[in-house]
Amino acid sequence: MFRTKWVAALALGSVLLATPALTQEKKTIAVSIPAADHGWTAGVVYHANAAAKEIKAAFPDVDVIVKTSPSAAAQVSAIEDLSAGRKIDALVILPHSSEELTTPVKAIKDTGAFVTVVDRGLSDASIQDLYVAGDNIAVGHTTARFLVDKLAGKGNLVVLRGIPTVIDDERIKGFQDGIAGSDLKILDIQYANWNSDEAFKLMQDYLAKYPHIDAVWANDDDMLLGVLEAIKQSGRTEIKYALGGNGMKEIVEKVIAGDKVTPIETPYPPSMIKTAIYMTAAQFVGQAPVRGTVKLDAPLITQANAKEYYFPDSPF
Amino acid sequence: MTDMTAIGSIQHEPQFKINWVDAGPFIALAALLLVGFLVNPEFLSANNIANVVTRSAFIAIIAVGATFVISSGGLDLSVGSMAAFVTGVMILSMNALAANLGTSAIIAGIGIVMLAGVLCGLVNGVIVTVGKIEPFIATLGTMGIFRALITYLSDGGSIPIDRSLRDAYRPVYFGSLLGVPVPIVISIVVAVAASFILYKTKYGRRCAAVGANEDVARYSGISVTKVRTIAYVIQGACVAIAAICYVPRLGAATPTTGLLWELQVITAVVIGGTALRGGKGHIWGTVAGAVILELIANLMVLSDFVSEYLVAAVQGVIIIIAMLIQRLSR
Repeated sequence: MFRTKWVAALALGSVLLATPALTQEKKTIAVSIPAADHGWTAGVVYHANAAAKEIKAAFPDVDVIVKTSPSAAAQVSAIEDLSAGRKIDALVILPHSSEELTTPVKAIKDTGAFVTVVDRGLSDASIQDLYVAGDNIAVGHTTARFLVDKLAGKGNLVVLRGIPTVIDDERIKGFQDGIAGSDLKILDIQYANWNSDEAFKLMQDYLAKYPHIDAVWANDDDMLLGVLEAIKQSGRTEIKYALGGNGMKEIVEKVIAGDKVTPIETPYPPSMIKTAIYMTAAQFVGQAPVRGTVKLDAPLITQANAKEYYFPDSPF
Repeated sequence: MTDMTAIGSIQHEPQFKINWVDAGPFIALAALLLVGFLVNPEFLSANNIANVVTRSAFIAIIAVGATFVISSGGLDLSVGSMAAFVTGVMILSMNALAANLGTSAIIAGIGIVMLAGVLCGLVNGVIVTVGKIEPFIATLGTMGIFRALITYLSDGGSIPIDRSLRDAYRPVYFGSLLGVPVPIVISIVVAVAASFILYKTKYGRRCAAVGANEDVARYSGISVTKVRTIAYVIQGACVAIAAICYVPRLGAATPTTGLLWELQVITAVVIGGTALRGGKGHIWGTVAGAVILELIANLMVLSDFVSEYLVAAVQGVIIIIAMLIQRLSR
């Protein structure tokens, strides 16, 4: 889906370039994102840099500057520095935290810049011109519906959740709503902090505690890696499904290979930053209206469509 | 009874007396096992105990090294990051060598990771002793450096081990020797070697003397710089040994590998009866401390008492109770 979009965007771009100068003035899009400190943010950095490169090549009149920051405080300084040096026509930001970034982003907005917010919303939604996010509730819900369907509405589940945050709560809520009304039973649910090592230990403990488990859901793929290793070690064969979420390439590879235990995946794609940068660029080069809210679905990734979500060069 | 902390274990302990300070962590461990069994009989199943003790191996091995650093009056906050960094270095070098060496790349990798660990420890030691920077600050600095290096090496993602090495290396975590899981065997070997060094060699006594009273040690002609630096080098070597056991488990290093291990390590050392202010170290107590920490986490999952939101609070309470049992058994 994304890929066709880019092709479309590029085609559109070349048509526009062929037409006599739409605007000669060079536009600057600043992109502020968290530094790569785990798989998902590493994916964000990869896709942001890829988008910057592609857009600069396609539209010589648009400059894209990508800046990564390791913390909320550093991100505040980074966007102040970005705007101090030059005039920014647009800011694409994936905020570290909503509260701390709201005022600094408002200051950029007040200079007349177009503001695109990605993933985590600011405290004041009126600041953003465009909001692009994934759907965490759907990540849980899509997975739950798959299990209800495949287990014929009956079975014992164990769940591993991440770090106590809104993201985690939404995924769990989506999952619980998804299994509501069926006879699927969550035997246990514990935090493993989106960490493979903690997930490995927790899964060992689940296996020791429960003699019969039909399916495991780890609400993130990092944890799923630990879960799979613990199941392999135990030699237990009754576990029909071990599923994750997010779209890590190692797991998408399993889906492509037709893995029995992990046949599907649900995306919360870091490539959403790319969607946001492309749409922001469209505002300048195509005069295409993009103001609004875009919520990317978390559709079921199966063997049939997995290639669309597979980025072999990305770290995630 | 002789006041051991004051003179730093220079005298030989009387063999016929039970040393309650040494026994403390084991009493706490026994109490925990009993409580665990009452809560869920599954807790004492051979399988569960083997799993839990095996996975406490990393913390136990690193904590044995930390016992040297802490008893010599130092502190090392960088061990978790260092573990992640040397794990990354090991996997990258094994992957690079796999094409030429085949599975012997694992042996080469083990050599390289030991070298990397010793060098990292040496850097910490030299900054603390020659640079004369407070250990807390110096190792807080290197903690950030090692963490950033692993993030850089992995581009923020993960560094997986080459598929051709995966199965050959797997037994180092999942295999067993005479029925005992390999990481437990390695921990025991490390602890035996460490207690020999700490209790039976000149270096071990100097280590305790420096930790007990730096000035007195210096006036007695001990090179404080040398003793402390060696303690950090031992710590680095222990981190590398832990990495050797860690790599085959999940087969990857990531920026979140070893996160907060330093706190677990320090907790294990203190539960084991070694005072944070330095002086006498308790190697076997430290090992028991590491197992206690892992057992508590395991017990939290196996019991149904605690809501998932309160697990960390209950763990904190149990750690404090374990410390109190130790104190009272003195």
